[in-house]
Amino acid sequence: MEITLTHYLVLSSILFAIGLIGVMRRKNLLMLFFATEILLNAANIGFAAISHYIGDLSGQMFAFFIIAIAASEVAIGLGLLIVWYKRTGKIDLDQMNSMRG
Amino acid sequence: MELYLYIALFAPLVGSLYASLFSRSPKSQHVGIVASGLLFTSFVSSAILLTYVMGGHTVHTEMMTWIAAGDLYIPFGFVVDQVSVVMMMVVTIVSTVVHVYSIGYMDHDKGFNRFFAWLSAFVFSMMVLVMSDNFAGLFIGWEGVGLCSWGLIGFWYHKESATWAANEAFIMNRIADLGMLIGIFLIYWNTGSLQYDVVFAEIGNLQIVVVTWIGIFLFIGAMGKSAQFPLHTWLADAMEGPTPVSALIHAATMVTAGVYLVVRANPIYDLIPNVGIFIASLGAFVALFAASMALVNRDMKRIIAYSTLSQLGYMFVAAGLGAYWVALFHLMAHAFFKALLFLGAGNVMHAMHDELDPFKMGGLRKVMKGTFIMMTLASVALAGIYPFAGFFSKDLILEVGFVEHHYVIYTVLLLTAGLTAFYSFRLVALIFHGEERYKLFGIHPHEAYKFMLIAMSPLLLLAIIAGSFKMTYYQLVTSLLPSTQYHVHSEMTYWIMTIGTQLFVIAAIVFAYKKYSNWNSVPDGTSAMENSFGYKLLWNQYYIPKFYDEVFSKPYLELSKIAWKQIDLKIVDATVDGIANIIYKTGENTRDIQNGNLSTMLRWMVVGLVVLITLALAFTIGYNAVGA
Amino acid sequence: MFEAIAFYLFAALTIVMFTITVMTSQALYAITAMAAGMIFISAFFFILGADFLGAIQIIVYTGAVMALYAFGMMFFDTTRDVVEKRTNPQIVFVLGVLAAVMVVAIFVAPVVSNNIQALYPIQENVGNSQAVGMVLFTKYLVPFELAAVMLLVAMIGGIVLAGKKMDKSLTLMKEEDIGTMDDSFEPQEGGH
Repeated sequence: MEITLTHYLVLSSILFAIGLIGVMRRKNLLMLFFATEILLNAANIGFAAISHYIGDLSGQMFAFFIIAIAASEVAIGLGLLIVWYKRTGKIDLDQMNSMRG
Repeated sequence: MELYLYIALFAPLVGSLYASLFSRSPKSQHVGIVASGLLFTSFVSSAILLTYVMGGHTVHTEMMTWIAAGDLYIPFGFVVDQVSVVMMMVVTIVSTVVHVYSIGYMDHDKGFNRFFAWLSAFVFSMMVLVMSDNFAGLFIGWEGVGLCSWGLIGFWYHKESATWAANEAFIMNRIADLGMLIGIFLIYWNTGSLQYDVVFAEIGNLQIVVVTWIGIFLFIGAMGKSAQFPLHTWLADAMEGPTPVSALIHAATMVTAGVYLVVRANPIYDLIPNVGIFIASLGAFVALFAASMALVNRDMKRIIAYSTLSQLGYMFVAAGLGAYWVALFHLMAHAFFKALLFLGAGNVMHAMHDELDPFKMGGLRKVMKGTFIMMTLASVALAGIYPFAGFFSKDLILEVGFVEHHYVIYTVLLLTAGLTAFYSFRLVALIFHGEERYKLFGIHPHEAYKFMLIAMSPLLLLAIIAGSFKMTYYQLVTSLLPSTQYHVHSEMTYWIMTIGTQLFVIAAIVFAYKKYSNWNSVPDGTSAMENSFGYKLLWNQYYIPKFYDEVFSKPYLELSKIAWKQIDLKIVDATVDGIANIIYKTGENTRDIQNGNLSTMLRWMVVGLVVLITLALAFTIGYNAVGA
Repeated sequence: MFEAIAFYLFAALTIVMFTITVMTSQALYAITAMAAGMIFISAFFFILGADFLGAIQIIVYTGAVMALYAFGMMFFDTTRDVVEKRTNPQIVFVLGVLAAVMVVAIFVAPVVSNNIQALYPIQENVGNSQAVGMVLFTKYLVPFELAAVMLLVAMIGGIVLAGKKMDKSLTLMKEEDIGTMDDSFEPQEGGH
């Protein structure tokens, strides 16, 4: 059967939902980062699909920049995580509540 | 002349304010002296105004505007005409005497200064009442005397019985004041003004039904103030206050305010003779009713209080039958000898260390000569023996009843006159004659201070000679009041009536003396007579206070409790607390959003995301649906 | 027809892989599944004719990012099972499903208008890489340069954050001091 834009968009939404579940569920900070990556990739699929079906290259450009940003975000994020781990020895989300209001 | 008006009106107020400055301090003699002095100034001004008014003039001033709202215009206005000047004289004379007397009576009382503050405030309110020239000012004075009487009855406020009596007096007055307010509202609504002259000019143009209702409602107000049945129970209980208070308020001034109202509103009552008949009948009933209760009472002041109630009934008979000048005359004479009686009773009370039961006294005439003479003469005046003041006023009322062909009323009043003589002299005989039963209780009585006796003497004088003022008074007052003369048609009937009445009264006095002047024991509730039905009925005031308590006070208390517990606490408070609780709980529950835990915050983020997407979806679909 | 087969195959694989990533309790499985998922996503890009993007996906994401995560995982003690506090799984599930349904509804329902103008239309006669290059270096030049600067900053940031003994400069020290440098490392104790 014909694969239309809708199929890709539905796929993108499903992946996005999986990513959301992971964000809500994970207590380990590293696993949280994984889930964030899933979110970004889901968006990428959406962009690429739209770009293909509308015939516009802007979608792919956006996907590029998202990849670039994701990469730099991982670098910084892991760096911060390392510093935190050196200071407190654990990366459990439930114990990071110094911002309790 | 206006200056004298203002002096007479405001001197008591100045005295009251002066005394209230010291109301927290211990007793200072100068407070009493200043207050009495100012009252004396008021008396002198009233006397000057009396001579002026006797010359045929009246004084009418408007001090300032009180309410000017739309069509309603009520000023603070005062008028000194024939009726009000008579009232002013009565009030100021009795007040001055009572003030001077109180300096001695309240000698050892801690609240000496406070007493004079209340007392002078009372006199001021009474002056406002009698001198006002419109119904609103009358009402202000009305309320003022009610308030001051509350303060004075409950003067010894740590006595529960005193505060209860004060509340009873005030509440009963308040109930009656509702009627009076309705009457005033009706007057304003139908005539457009509250000024006496305007109202009385207009009153003839109104429908009789309206005038009837006005008369009825105004009389309801008078019923409360003058303690007519059924609002009479407060007067006997008001004896909880100090004796000078009883002398001033419950003999001469406040209770007569009701009579003054009816006399002042005589153009209204002239139009509705049926209401007048009702007033007179009620007055006659009260006269007999009160006299019957005084027959067996064992409280000295209560006996005198019932006698006041009885005489008020006489005044209302006269006013109801249209003999307004007669009612006013009796008011004046009664004020003098009743106040004298009360003050004498005060002397006796002080001597007997606040003992009130006359059966526990006896033979006091050996120790208290002055008081004995005064009280006896006052009782003679009360009984209506010629040539004392009571004869001229009381017999006149009997004549009015006879001439107007109200024979039932006449008979009732005649019977009451006999009863009055009986119980008055029962009291005098028990207290001053017979064996000295007080020695059983270890009391050592002594006469009152000399200056107190001197203060009482003007009243004694007036009680004796006031009858001779009758013609002067008549000519003065009938410039304003209807001047019906009441003459029995035949000379013979007149002499039979008069002599007959006198003999009847004297017989009652002799009977009283014979029964009581040699009394030698203190009844203790076990004798046969004390347990008879009639005695018990009278002793318990026909069980009316108990009836009021059961039927009105207790259910009302229950109702109040329900209103408090069920409605106020459960509904109103719960609502207010509920609102506060909602806000508080909301805050507490949403505090968890900010618990610093990233995981929780991420969840809330997703929740917000879902909400936003839902809203966007809903709005877009709705928008498209509407647009399409 | 091939396209449909490929689409459904890779869709199923991707979803399974990512589900493993978010659901498993072992970190190693999670990372492996993640890497696999990235590869399958690049397959999508190839299906959609975005060749350049697909290649970039494999190189950057699977190669660099996942390798970085693997290094990170070695650094932290995450080889043991990830301990997760007992939470309310229903809420999580419900919210996820709700979000998915919402978004799917947005896409499926005709809320998007159909007359979108393509700003940078795909030219048919050139290959994808060439087309991408043509757009990237002309229309999207400034974002490209900014992205480059950002990557530089991120690199330096990463080095600074994770490096040890960054206060001492190797090039400025004398040779004997280098040998006596303290080399041990323990995580500092202390709370936050």
